[in-house]
Amino acid sequence: MALRIALVGGVGVALFGLLFFRLWDLQVLSGSEYLAEAKNNRTREYRVVAPRGNILARDGEVLVDSRTALALQLNPQRLSSEPAEERTELARIGSLAEMSLRKVRRTIAESEEVAAGAPVTLRKDVDYDLVYYLRENQARFPGVDVQRVFVRHYPHEAFAAHVLGGVGEVSEEDLEDPHYRELEPGDEIGRGGVEDTYDDYLRGEPGLTRIQVDAAGQPTPGGQLVSKPPVPGDNLKLSIDPDVQSAGEGALAARGLRGAFVTMNVNDGEILGMGSFPTFDPEVFTKPMTQAQVDQLQRDPVSAPLTNRASQGLYPTGSVFKIVPALAALESGIVTPSETIVDNGFMYVGSQRFQNAGGESYGAVDLVSAMRYSSDIYFYLLGLKMWDGGQLQRWASKLGFGHLSGLDLPEETEGLVPSQRWRNQLYEEGATERPWSAGDNVQLATGQGDLQASPLQMAIAYAALANEGTIVTPHVGLEIEDAAGRVLKEFTPQPQRRIEIDPAYRSALLQGLHEAAQVDGGTSYGIFGGFPVPVAGKTGTAERLGQADQSWYVVLAPYPKPRIVTAVTMEEGGFGAESAAPAALAILEAYFDKQATTVAGPNGGSPG
Amino acid sequence: MYATRTRHARPEPFSIRPGIAERLGLAYLDWPLALSALALIAFSVFTLGEATLHDIPGSPRYYVDRQIVYAGLGLIGMVLLARIDYSRFRELRVGIYTFLCVSISLVFVFGFAAKGSRRAFDLPFFSFQPSELGKLLLVLALAGFVIDGARRGSERQRTLRYLVLGLAPAALVFLQPDLGTSLVFAVATLAVMYFGGVRWTHFAIIGGALVALVSLVLVLAPAAGVPLLKGYQEQRLTSFLNPSEDPAGAGYQQNQSVIATGSGQTTGRGDRATQTRLDFVPERHTDFIFAVIGERYGFMGAAFVLSLYALLFWRALRIVTLSKNSYGTLVAGGIAVSLLFQVFVNVGMNLGIMPITGIPLPLMSYGGSSVIATFLAIGVLESIHIQARRSQKGRFAW
Repeated sequence: MALRIALVGGVGVALFGLLFFRLWDLQVLSGSEYLAEAKNNRTREYRVVAPRGNILARDGEVLVDSRTALALQLNPQRLSSEPAEERTELARIGSLAEMSLRKVRRTIAESEEVAAGAPVTLRKDVDYDLVYYLRENQARFPGVDVQRVFVRHYPHEAFAAHVLGGVGEVSEEDLEDPHYRELEPGDEIGRGGVEDTYDDYLRGEPGLTRIQVDAAGQPTPGGQLVSKPPVPGDNLKLSIDPDVQSAGEGALAARGLRGAFVTMNVNDGEILGMGSFPTFDPEVFTKPMTQAQVDQLQRDPVSAPLTNRASQGLYPTGSVFKIVPALAALESGIVTPSETIVDNGFMYVGSQRFQNAGGESYGAVDLVSAMRYSSDIYFYLLGLKMWDGGQLQRWASKLGFGHLSGLDLPEETEGLVPSQRWRNQLYEEGATERPWSAGDNVQLATGQGDLQASPLQMAIAYAALANEGTIVTPHVGLEIEDAAGRVLKEFTPQPQRRIEIDPAYRSALLQGLHEAAQVDGGTSYGIFGGFPVPVAGKTGTAERLGQADQSWYVVLAPYPKPRIVTAVTMEEGGFGAESAAPAALAILEAYFDKQATTVAGPNGGSPG
Repeated sequence: MYATRTRHARPEPFSIRPGIAERLGLAYLDWPLALSALALIAFSVFTLGEATLHDIPGSPRYYVDRQIVYAGLGLIGMVLLARIDYSRFRELRVGIYTFLCVSISLVFVFGFAAKGSRRAFDLPFFSFQPSELGKLLLVLALAGFVIDGARRGSERQRTLRYLVLGLAPAALVFLQPDLGTSLVFAVATLAVMYFGGVRWTHFAIIGGALVALVSLVLVLAPAAGVPLLKGYQEQRLTSFLNPSEDPAGAGYQQNQSVIATGSGQTTGRGDRATQTRLDFVPERHTDFIFAVIGERYGFMGAAFVLSLYALLFWRALRIVTLSKNSYGTLVAGGIAVSLLFQVFVNVGMNLGIMPITGIPLPLMSYGGSSVIATFLAIGVLESIHIQARRSQKGRFAW
């Protein structure tokens, strides 16, 4: 037994001795070689960027895809270690990339901060001439290489630009957001539009390649160690109908006025078309911009082409707002549909004189005819009766004014419904010279005064009238598809809320709107009188301080069971029937694929 | 002076006031053994704390905190086992053996698969790997069978019986598949038989059979088109012979581990340890933790750790000689040899002189099952030591 134990002890001594010897050999005797090897360990992990998903129109038409482009990359480790020499090299590389020495240094420093050792992208989308030049003079540009990258491509240029948005390099603040944790500098994320909202679906997942490179920085044969293929982003299908969209954009561009349109399904809030003028070509964001381009896009507060006026434009709306006081007064029992008011063409509130636009007078008007002729006096009186009851403000709020709608674009503003409380508070703070008065509510009843609303809000309110009280959640995202076209996810947002609208009031209002558009004498009869599809539409002419009137038109079609709503506005477009109504007609013609015939009647002359 | 001594004079041997160790039931504890184990787990916690800071984003103390909990549980288990007379386990051998086989088998049914292998149960707080505890259970049961069957059957029958009893659970573990742990089972079996007095000639035959088996598995069967090992298993076993030939495969890990250890030089690279920090070395908190120690703390750190293992092994072997009965001898021998085997294979694998077999480094690698099981094994060793010392003195404290 003692022998056996001694033998095991001996084996133990031998094995431990072997380990000690090996350890001594590795670390003390040849440690410096291994240290050099560790420092020189040239397996590097590279991210393989995933292509972003495409964005498709309702019918599958590609609105945005990605093309491969060539990017100039620099591996800073290959630069000279001599500061003076490194400077010359960087300057030379900078001239190749059309960057100043300072900018090259800054780009490298920014990248090193987060992903040390990774190649730095100096410029994306360089042309082949530069690549050939680089190949022939490679020795003069140490560490510079050309990589394939993906760049956003817009086959239809500015088409639906405000809906699509763009992509941009992730910023340092973004990277601190845990949401973007797996991103690295140089990665692209959606900036604005659906590119932003649906970024998670579109972005995809980068892959990883671990490559062994030799001392010259060239990959060694078979040296690709671990590889995780990139996962391309999924495709996003929009509810945008290209026919409606191009009709709307064409109509805006034809007049050349700042403005916007939105066409929406009244039942589910799917947006068929949404546009804003002036617009921009998202392609400009994929390349370095010239100062002139920056100025044109961002510095001009009047034309502001990046603003989506359909959801961010805040305007007084003129008479298109009249459905709101009508509903408020009807539902509060202040007026009945058949009750008539004598419209003499003018009235006084205190010492303030109010009159119909153009000084017209319509005699005895009920709800339907007040809508048809757009009698201001009728609605002034409603506004006066509700001046301190808050009914008008309550109904405006119920219909969505003054609130964000939940639109799936980051660009949306909530606007303002002026109220007694709001103005009195401002007055107490000294921000305005007078408290709330009856005149304010009278103004509001015709969409004037301090009201600020967007075409989208107007469309939602009219949609609620059409669909019997559902305040829809507007959205442009329809579904997520994989590359093979399989639907992965559908977007059917719940309506924001439901409100009660008496069916009798609803049909009276729709009838008034229908007569305004398609019965002789209606405010937009000259435009829609010859349109074969029955519609219900309202003109609006908003007075704005210091500029010409703003033209509005909102239309529901087909009457009496509307499927879609279209709202159009044009700044400085004059009367509603003058510029906004013809644009709305062009959109409806495209949607129903039917042309309007010309009818005799007041064309563009009728205010309202 | 004289008076003082008289006042405090206590009559021997009946009025010895028990010291703290005795009150804990730990009189005659082998302190060097316990302290070397404690030092090793402390070094493990220290290393994990420094080297795994960034492994799990957002929870830098993930591995450290868990390892501390495992160490605490293991220590409690060690103390409890040290207080028990290990001879009880001899009586319980059938129950222990049954539990061993059942728990390993149940993994096939309820275990979860990790990296292509089913070897652990997912419990609420950690995953329990029965084969780790099995290393100790096998020794306890098999030693019992050897003592019990010493007078039954011919010597050849006995050798065969021990082999079957030991290799059955080893085969189960091999099928999980967990080649490394099944090798530990086999070595523990042979060690118990060795200390049980199995004839040298029988060992010679077993050795011959082993050589034949290895050549069959690695050379003949693949040549005949019947691969018995999974591809990666064979690759791991053979690639260490020539690691740089296959930098992309199994040899890559070992190459990187050797570079890591070597680059630590005499005093280590500390936080500039790029090899083990930058993902070049895989499994750095478990199987390749020795490379982390080598790179971070250099020869001084790595040799210190190795010395602790040598101390541990020496004390274990010393307990083999001290044991009051042959059951203790066999158990202590089995534990000592399997500890030696695990340390040698793991450190050898880190240093590039043994193949990659997935054996954790006892008390150093992160992992609850391994840490706790090793502490329990040391608790059994302590129990053997305590019992031996008590019987030598012919006196029981209480």
